Amino acid sequence: MPDLGLEVLWKGKNFVRLLGGLWVALRISLIAAGISIVLGILLGVAASRKRSVSSAILRIWLGVIHIMPQMVLLFLMYFGTTRAFGWNLSGEVAAVIVFSLWGSAEMADLVRGAVTSIPAAQRESAEALGLKPTQVYRWIILPQAVRRLIPQSINLITRMIKTTSLVTLIGVVEILKVAQQIIEANRKASPNAAFGVYLTIFVMYYLACRPLSLAAKKLEKRWG
Amino acid sequence: MAETVLSISHLTKRFGDQAILEDLSLEVREGEVVVIVGSSGCGKSTFLRCINALEDIQGGEIRLRGELIQSDRKNLPELRQKIGMVFQSYELFPHLTVLDNILLAPVRTQKRSRQDAREEALALLDRVGLKEKADSWPRQLSGGQKQRVAIVRALIMHPEILLFDEVTAALDPEMVREVLEVIVNLAEQGKTMIIVTHEMPFARAVADRIILLDDQRILEESDPETFFTDPKTDQAKKFLQTFEFSRKTKQRLKSPKGEFP
Repeated sequence: MPDLGLEVLWKGKNFVRLLGGLWVALRISLIAAGISIVLGILLGVAASRKRSVSSAILRIWLGVIHIMPQMVLLFLMYFGTTRAFGWNLSGEVAAVIVFSLWGSAEMADLVRGAVTSIPAAQRESAEALGLKPTQVYRWIILPQAVRRLIPQSINLITRMIKTTSLVTLIGVVEILKVAQQIIEANRKASPNAAFGVYLTIFVMYYLACRPLSLAAKKLEKRWG
Repeated sequence: MAETVLSISHLTKRFGDQAILEDLSLEVREGEVVVIVGSSGCGKSTFLRCINALEDIQGGEIRLRGELIQSDRKNLPELRQKIGMVFQSYELFPHLTVLDNILLAPVRTQKRSRQDAREEALALLDRVGLKEKADSWPRQLSGGQKQRVAIVRALIMHPEILLFDEVTAALDPEMVREVLEVIVNLAEQGKTMIIVTHEMPFARAVADRIILLDDQRILEESDPETFFTDPKTDQAKKFLQTFEFSRKTKQRLKSPKGEFP
């Protein structure tokens, strides 16, 4: 049996430190996901009206987000704003901002797509019953749109969780950074630590994302 | 003479440059059943949709008991509560159960108590033979059942007038009757209705007045017996002929090469 370097995990507080790093990554992505869902729904509903100002804003915003690697956005937000505007953002705040910008744009696009995919006749039959426009959204359009949204928005959140591995580059000590520190510190004692530690991270990411996709499957089934 | 419920005067509707309805006027009195017939694309459905402002109009006015129906008016939702509409494709809300489909509007817009509305909903469902389907989902129902639920959903609002837009056109033949019987029943109860349909025997049975829409206007207007036995205009005769079959028409449809033209 090859030495997988797993024994490093039980040295000192290494395992707890890794869990702490995972928590940082999850905290960033979950806060950003929360902001993205709220902003995304608001902007997405507004942008679902054709040729509206909000749909133009969303198109430009999406265009920028789509062509920019997340890493460039992170550097821009963390290093760029310090020089240009004198903002002294912590790495974590900068990360939350970037992830929210990214998430809101994608979420808004998903919401816009889901809202416009609801047949016009559904809106009309609700209007014909005497519902006001806000009531039509609240009781007819949004409930149906949300059901169509669930799979893709869960996918977005898991992509966010995965992408937090980049924030180590702007100095946030998240799971990957902790891993590097552990491997570095144990270079002599356990040279194979890299495999064991990264394997552990793999399992941790899996365990963090798996419940989300299970929940999504369950919801899809219930609303089928 | 009964009071006028709906009065439409000089209604004009265009889609871009294309005129759909020109200078069309119609009065519907309380308890009256008006059936609108006409060939496909003559504007029958558009006409119905104008009545509850699902379509903008380019001229004329529509009044429900004297109140102007206009798409940019604040009181439009309240007026629409008094106009029940049933669509060809049912348009039940797929995310709500049968009962919740029916209760949504009375509870949310008329602020009726759920308990009270629920009792009425169950009574109405019972009348159309669907009491045991109250907790079903729309996707579990047949087309005819969906349409009967849609009728109940309109009825529970106690509308002044009911609009039926080709409500059996999407149904399998064996389900048409169960829906039409419900409508005939409503006519017997004295409900005011405008019905667009292609079912001629039904039209003849249910109508107090039949209107033939053609060429953007009302071409012929008469009681059903006269309309079916003694149509005045050539267009009406031609329209009625499209529902008759004989060996002769079959021959006429055949082109020389034995194909349909």
